[in-house]
Amino acid sequence: MAKETASDEVTIIHDTNVRPFRIDVPQEALDELRHRIQATRWPSKELVPDRSQGVQLATMQELARFWTTEYEWRTAEAKLNALPQFKTEIDGLDIHFIHVKSKHEDALPLIMTHGWPGSVIELLETVDPLTDPTAHGGAVDDAFHLVLPSVPGYGFSSEPTELGWWAGRVAQAWPELMRRLGYTRYVAQGGDVGAAITDAMGRLSPEGLVGIHTNLFVPALGGTMPTDSEQERAAAEQIAVFRATGFGYFVEQATRPQTIGYALLDSPIALAAWMLDHDTDSYYKIAGAFVDGEPSGNLTRDHILDNVTLYWLTATGASAARSYWESGQAQAKAAGQAPPPMTLPFGFTTFPGEIWRTPRSWVEKAYPNVSYFNEVNGGGHFAAWEEPQLFSAEVRAAFRSLR
Amino acid sequence: MEKDTASIDPVEIIDDTSVKPFRVDFPQESIDDLRRRITTARWPSKELVEDASQGVQSKMLQELARYWATEYDFGRVTARLNALPQFTTEIDGVTVRFIHVKSAHENALPLIMTHGWPGSVIELLETIGPLTDPTAHGGNAEDAFDLVLPSIPGYGLSAQPTQLGWDPGRVARAWAELMRRLGYRRYVAQGGDQGASVTDAMARQAPDGLVGIHLSLLSAFPTDVGAAIFGGLLPVGLFKRIVIDVLAHHAKKKDPAALEAAAAVFKRGYIVEMPEHPQTIGYALTDTPVGLAAWMLDHDADSYTKISRAFLDGQPSGGLTREAVVDNMTLYWLTNTATSSARLYWEQFRAIFASIASGEKPPKLSLPVAFTVFPGELFQPPREWAEKAYPNLIYFNEVDKGGHFAAWEEPELFTAELRAAFRSLR
Repeated sequence: MAKETASDEVTIIHDTNVRPFRIDVPQEALDELRHRIQATRWPSKELVPDRSQGVQLATMQELARFWTTEYEWRTAEAKLNALPQFKTEIDGLDIHFIHVKSKHEDALPLIMTHGWPGSVIELLETVDPLTDPTAHGGAVDDAFHLVLPSVPGYGFSSEPTELGWWAGRVAQAWPELMRRLGYTRYVAQGGDVGAAITDAMGRLSPEGLVGIHTNLFVPALGGTMPTDSEQERAAAEQIAVFRATGFGYFVEQATRPQTIGYALLDSPIALAAWMLDHDTDSYYKIAGAFVDGEPSGNLTRDHILDNVTLYWLTATGASAARSYWESGQAQAKAAGQAPPPMTLPFGFTTFPGEIWRTPRSWVEKAYPNVSYFNEVNGGGHFAAWEEPQLFSAEVRAAFRSLR
Repeated sequence: MEKDTASIDPVEIIDDTSVKPFRVDFPQESIDDLRRRITTARWPSKELVEDASQGVQSKMLQELARYWATEYDFGRVTARLNALPQFTTEIDGVTVRFIHVKSAHENALPLIMTHGWPGSVIELLETIGPLTDPTAHGGNAEDAFDLVLPSIPGYGLSAQPTQLGWDPGRVARAWAELMRRLGYRRYVAQGGDQGASVTDAMARQAPDGLVGIHLSLLSAFPTDVGAAIFGGLLPVGLFKRIVIDVLAHHAKKKDPAALEAAAAVFKRGYIVEMPEHPQTIGYALTDTPVGLAAWMLDHDADSYTKISRAFLDGQPSGGLTREAVVDNMTLYWLTNTATSSARLYWEQFRAIFASIASGEKPPKLSLPVAFTVFPGELFQPPREWAEKAYPNLIYFNEVDKGGHFAAWEEPELFTAELRAAFRSLR
């Protein structure tokens, strides 16, 4: 033990610098990607006229055509590089993040976390409405200073090289990031994996965090919820359908991330299909964007491929899948034990296309200090991406009482 | 309606029931393309664990890829198959290809044997000698079988179904027709894995001529065991839920270890993904050979460990050699059947859930059933499970070697089991 302490003295001197970061993907990586898509070997067409056997061949072939002939990664790269991006080392990993300060002095600092199969790409269209509200239908006191980190193993953050990076550990890294940025009073938001991280942050209740908002109801993933009302039964039924018909990706990533990882790294079409197959609502919206030229809101062909291309170029299909494995391990270890209570103010928005429509009663049961609940009439699993204005309005309203 | 009838092409509805010889021939450019794809694979970072708990290990798969691209003889599959009498015939609108080896012994018992997933006829090839020519393999003339090894539609060399409905029950009906067409009036059937599902369905249909079956994977469960394994998945009302819970509780108390192992099978990623969304995983399995290899290797812990030893330590377990494992993967790749083979799970689960929803019980099975428990198989059912699931159990034996791919790994032992299992039915 004494020895370890001695050697630790060297390794614990961390570099806490925050360095500016720009993306510059080599042209040969883009050429190779295009070449692989063009060389795709296709399966025969599914035998059904809908999504019931998975992502449809017509969707994938149109996606491949668009990806190789019309899509421009450099546009996405320029969009990202137009934003202030940084990297800093936390807990042994380089964390990539976008940091946009509002020009409004009293803006509320907000750290917002993407999910799977998302990335910072899904949050980009909320940057302006959240940081510059007066130009987007809001008031000066709706302004946020915005921090959008990439979860370790996703996008331009580095991949964990050791075990233990489940949502709870990311939730410990984010307060350190906010501290490093000089924020002493802030809020946090997340959907999907980002909701799990944000929920964990709330339960850790680090100094400075004054409230959270999520748009995926995390407690329903861990246990059964009451089914007393019509709304509760409907939500439970939606969860049951999801588990019976669309759960494969979840189980595979939570148990065998390496196995599926080989395909996700080696085949862009495998990666795209795996990422498109998240949930029924978003799948049909995305398929509509490709096949019928009718995107839902901001879920356009280009934006979908910005995200898939980011996964491809950063080669993070396997490392992102491992985050499910880590959460599965953490859940197994915690089996039966209730998570630490959440006492911070909690806001939640139910988007109608989300996998299940969380009723207010569930939210109130799981979070004693509900400061905001609303059910809106547009948007689905990728609410920030699909409906950035509506999403921003929800975030503003959710945190208004905490300013 | 009249229009539809009128538009049917009279040429198409005349079924061709002929059985013609068949030889395998893969174009060289497909083989070159496969080799190129293996050598240009883009690899993920190494798993973060020292075992297979995150899936197929990098070291293992990279060694397999190296062997596949640089040492493996791509002519093997063609040579091995074309050395055998292969045939093609159309049944129920699908072209079925099969190996048919007649024994030199006159009173041989006809046997139709069905492979599983991620298998193919490749996994059964080494049993052909012992089963059809027993006197050359430690058996007697009375142990001889005339052997039929078909490829399930959507697998290997058989054509892919182009319409819905090819669940194990439909495959089973096709097999009975195949045996009829080959002139067999009295025969037996055998299967493991998906082959067990097909063989179980055959026995329930009890076609003319079928006199008994042998299974190496339990394909039906006693009611209480079924409730414990699948009960949670069923969308049922409160009353049924209580019944299921009581039954499940009973099963859990009785054989906890076997039950846990059986239940774990249905929680594996591949067996959740393939019945749900075979098309989605299909893009991966069709476009990347290393992706396909990883998916096929990740079937069960026992066979994975054995195959790993073959590649990493040069110590194969019986017939599960490097070249034989890669033969099977190469056949999946060159026939482009990964997606269509996964669809069988979709069909199977559809059929099971539809039958549960309708409240119908599966047809009773009264034919003689034989069962062998191999120690490395996914789970080892207690004799009582087999007796309850198959009331007319004529043979039950636990052997001391072999796993999920028993015929492949231990062809002699497997053959001995079949001889013993069917002895009373000759």
